Amino acid sequence: MLAVSDLHAYYGKSHILHGVTLRVNEGEIVSLLGRNGVGRSTTIKAIMGDVHAEGSIRFRDEELCGLPPYVIAHKGLGYVPENRDIFPTLTVRQNLLLGVKNTRHAGRWSMDDMFRLFPSLRERADTPGGVLSGGEQQMLTICRTLIGDPHLIMIDEPTEGLAPMLVKQVAEMLVRIAERGVSILLVEQKLTIALTISRRVYVMGHGRVVFEGAPDDLRRAENVRKEWLEV
Amino acid sequence: MEQIVLFSILNGLVFGMLLFMLSSGLTLIFGMMGVLNFAHASFYMLGAYFAYTLASRVGFWPALVLAPVLVGLLGALVERHGLRRVHRFGHVAELIFTFGVAIVIEELVQLVWGRPAKSYQVPAALDFPLFHLFGSAFPAYKAFMLLVSVAIFVFIFAILTRTRAGLIIQASLTHPGMVAMLGHNVPRVFMIVFGIGCALAAVAGVIAGPVLGTFPGMAQVLGSVVFVVVVVGGLGSLSGAFVASLLIGTLQTFAVALNVSVGNVLMAVGVPAAASAALHDVWKVTVAQVAPILPYLLLVLVLMIRPTGLFGTRET
Repeated sequence: MLAVSDLHAYYGKSHILHGVTLRVNEGEIVSLLGRNGVGRSTTIKAIMGDVHAEGSIRFRDEELCGLPPYVIAHKGLGYVPENRDIFPTLTVRQNLLLGVKNTRHAGRWSMDDMFRLFPSLRERADTPGGVLSGGEQQMLTICRTLIGDPHLIMIDEPTEGLAPMLVKQVAEMLVRIAERGVSILLVEQKLTIALTISRRVYVMGHGRVVFEGAPDDLRRAENVRKEWLEV
Repeated sequence: MEQIVLFSILNGLVFGMLLFMLSSGLTLIFGMMGVLNFAHASFYMLGAYFAYTLASRVGFWPALVLAPVLVGLLGALVERHGLRRVHRFGHVAELIFTFGVAIVIEELVQLVWGRPAKSYQVPAALDFPLFHLFGSAFPAYKAFMLLVSVAIFVFIFAILTRTRAGLIIQASLTHPGMVAMLGHNVPRVFMIVFGIGCALAAVAGVIAGPVLGTFPGMAQVLGSVVFVVVVVGGLGSLSGAFVASLLIGTLQTFAVALNVSVGNVLMAVGVPAAASAALHDVWKVTVAQVAPILPYLLLVLVLMIRPTGLFGTRET
């Protein structure tokens, strides 16, 4: 469904991505792992059109490379940023409303679905997004993207800074999202949830993919974990 | 005295709301694009001139609607084919671009309509005193100006807070990248806001034209005060622009109405300096004479005490 090949990206003169190639199939949860600064976030920002890139990004038989972000969003790609870019002065409900792309055509998720997934968001529906806790903000960002009905959602470090209880909740939620037929490309630094919920994993190092395989393959590949993941 | 206070408040409201029609657009455009649009008051001037020409053909009322629509479209074109291209070269280039647009508009206005002020009359239907109080008349036209600007204020407020489009605009003020990735065409939102901002300035131009004068320098006269308003209110803050517009509007009308000298004021607050012969010329200056300086004085004070402006969040 998503096939990225030989993707290059630059920040000014520095070459960040050196030909990234990866693929996500229908309904799959795929994790993109690696240490900080290896280009994981840049990869998904490039796919979303937020970072200028060269190469090929094919999504549902269309080439996306070079299109502006809002067009890419309408093709069915969703992006959940790492910094939980919620709109702080708008209420939870208004934040969700902004995630809706097409007001005339109902997608697979309604506002009520979101509140059912996260009852705490319903309680805080009329609270400004800026005063939510870190965990609630993370839920809100994921829901805001989901309500736009993407076929594939790319999530950047959703468990960063969350308590272990919440990390588990996020993992369960991602599984439920995938069950509804939404593919997930998950960027993570820690292996914990990535290995338990992903069907396949990629490991990145120095701007390229250095490992590809099933979670069990990565569990066995001690040298890969040592060289590219463990600190 | 009651007469001066009451009429100054009324006139201050009229002038303040007029300022708000310009400052609201300017501050929204700044909030979104990070660019202080030097040409903003030029669109106000275009509104007045377009209305002057249109009014002579189709009458004042159709001109009140048509002129802002035309100016709004022109503004949208300037954004779409000018500012958007210049944007990638950075803020300095954008600033200079808007400066250039202001000069081009001023020169074109002189070329088309000439240098002398246009004798542009208040429409006959509104040319009567609305009421008399303490022996002075309050013209119906000023009440009409107030009515139009309040209606526009309510309209903008409703759109920004009650509609989805308004939410998109609010969110784009702070997080344009995220709004785009949620599927909204942010450049188009910018263009529409720029166009509406210009149209609002033009409405101000149409209604102010007969009162403040329709002449090629009108953009500069009001433009500099409008900049003071948005900086005092806090760049990018709509509520700040509203408060600062009314503040500066009333401040100026009060100062103009007060026919006392600086010396009198100092005496009244207990500074005896005015009685002496030294600096005699300074003490004779009346408050009305310093009125034009007051907004700038306020600007300097606000920037010294609160550099973000009254309601702003970023340094100016």
